[in-house]
Amino acid sequence: MLKKRIIAVLPVYNGIVVQSIGFHKYLPVGKAEIAIEFLNAWGIDEIVVADITARKNQRVIQPGFIKQISKKCLVPLTVGGGITRLEDVHELIHSGADKVCVNNPVLTNPGLISEIARNYGDQCVVASIDIIRENNSLYVWDYTTKTRSTQSVAQVLQTAIQAGAGELLINSVHNDGKYTGYDTELFTEVCNQVTVPVLACGGARNAESMIQLLNATEVSAACAGNFFHFFEHSVTITKKEIAKHSDAIRIETAANYKQNEVDAYGRLIKKDDAVLEHLLYLKIEKEII
Amino acid sequence: MSRLTICIVDYGVGNTHSVANALSFLDYKVKISQHSDIVRSADILILPGVGAFEVAISNLKSSGLQELLHELVIEKQKPILGICVGMQMMATYSEENGHHSGLNWIPGAVVKLDEKFGFPVPHVGWNTISPVIHEPLFTTAHNESHFYFDHSFYFKPDAQHHVAATVNYGPSITAAVQHENICGVQFHPEKSQTNGLKLFRSFVNGIQQYA
Repeated sequence: MLKKRIIAVLPVYNGIVVQSIGFHKYLPVGKAEIAIEFLNAWGIDEIVVADITARKNQRVIQPGFIKQISKKCLVPLTVGGGITRLEDVHELIHSGADKVCVNNPVLTNPGLISEIARNYGDQCVVASIDIIRENNSLYVWDYTTKTRSTQSVAQVLQTAIQAGAGELLINSVHNDGKYTGYDTELFTEVCNQVTVPVLACGGARNAESMIQLLNATEVSAACAGNFFHFFEHSVTITKKEIAKHSDAIRIETAANYKQNEVDAYGRLIKKDDAVLEHLLYLKIEKEII
Repeated sequence: MSRLTICIVDYGVGNTHSVANALSFLDYKVKISQHSDIVRSADILILPGVGAFEVAISNLKSSGLQELLHELVIEKQKPILGICVGMQMMATYSEENGHHSGLNWIPGAVVKLDEKFGFPVPHVGWNTISPVIHEPLFTTAHNESHFYFDHSFYFKPDAQHHVAATVNYGPSITAAVQHENICGVQFHPEKSQTNGLKLFRSFVNGIQQYA
């Protein structure tokens, strides 16, 4: 059975992973390779790294940077930021990326998506589309001009699909970094219009947000940027909470916390001292690969 | 004992570096190359994935790698593992963007996933596989092991005995193939965490008896 994916989206601002709030305010988190190593160990299903300063500075996310951060990444790594040519994709895929993500080209140069799909297959191109809800209507957001695009949401979705995008990463700008939960209506609307996998991003607060999203919509993945950085083993603990409501979750980490309780913030509650004392004498065999 | 050398065959497209990262993790000596002397001297070959069939196969043909691989894999029986489109190229032909002939190492066709089953196409994400032939690819795999898939087309071998594992996505489709020293997987072991590492390890340990 195909599982729903839990994806970490890491915005990178001048080489540092940041928390993004409303697409305009950024708080530093730390080094990308460390975030990736930990997310990987905690059983994340996929990682997206987006260099959000690349296009503004007219450069591409650096292949050298991807080489460095991909060393300990044993899950699919999608990278994006400033990609304008097929050669950029070639370099990135030869540096440790598995897929590429394009955002601005969806609005300005969909031919690039076709070109990547023709060479690397449609499954290699993720179209990232930013959508904003204003006055209860949905608009496509152009982050380069910080304005609403003149193209409608339906138009842009069709453009991306027809150009050959294999997946759509949909960011709800109005919820970004606000911990409001996902805009499930938005994602339902998008899923109704396309047959490719939809990755939902924006507003995740905790496992509960993801449970609501996966219950209410047909999305293939729940993405989160910020809250995975807040506590140890965040991915594993989040997944085990979601798994209470859905069997479409992959849990394969050695520790799965199924016997542990969590508090309202999703953090583990300390076990009783007597239990911990007992654990001291438990021998756990490490699997040798 | 000297360490085994594994060569990731670089045919232009393909996520060569990702595969190298996973194999380095297992402490193998890894080379990424298209040069015949390097490919020739390796103990084991890997044909990586991520590419469209037409571009992948025409790169293989125009670079002379097709003849080299035929000599090494078919005549000299060197072990090889194809990943994703690297596996699909072992088929007779593919229907991706037209009709393109493959290497024909394992007779069969590469066809599009059917959207009529109501599942999104491409098939992307972690899915559980059912091994049919356990050795050498799945010697240490647990039942219900997850692997990462990312594809719109799949391999239908003519002979059922070449199917080494299946996966359910609407109908049951081919997840892995094997014929003597030739193995192929539709999923990405280099991106399947511990399960992928275990597959590489058991492939390398087990495949040499076929060489």
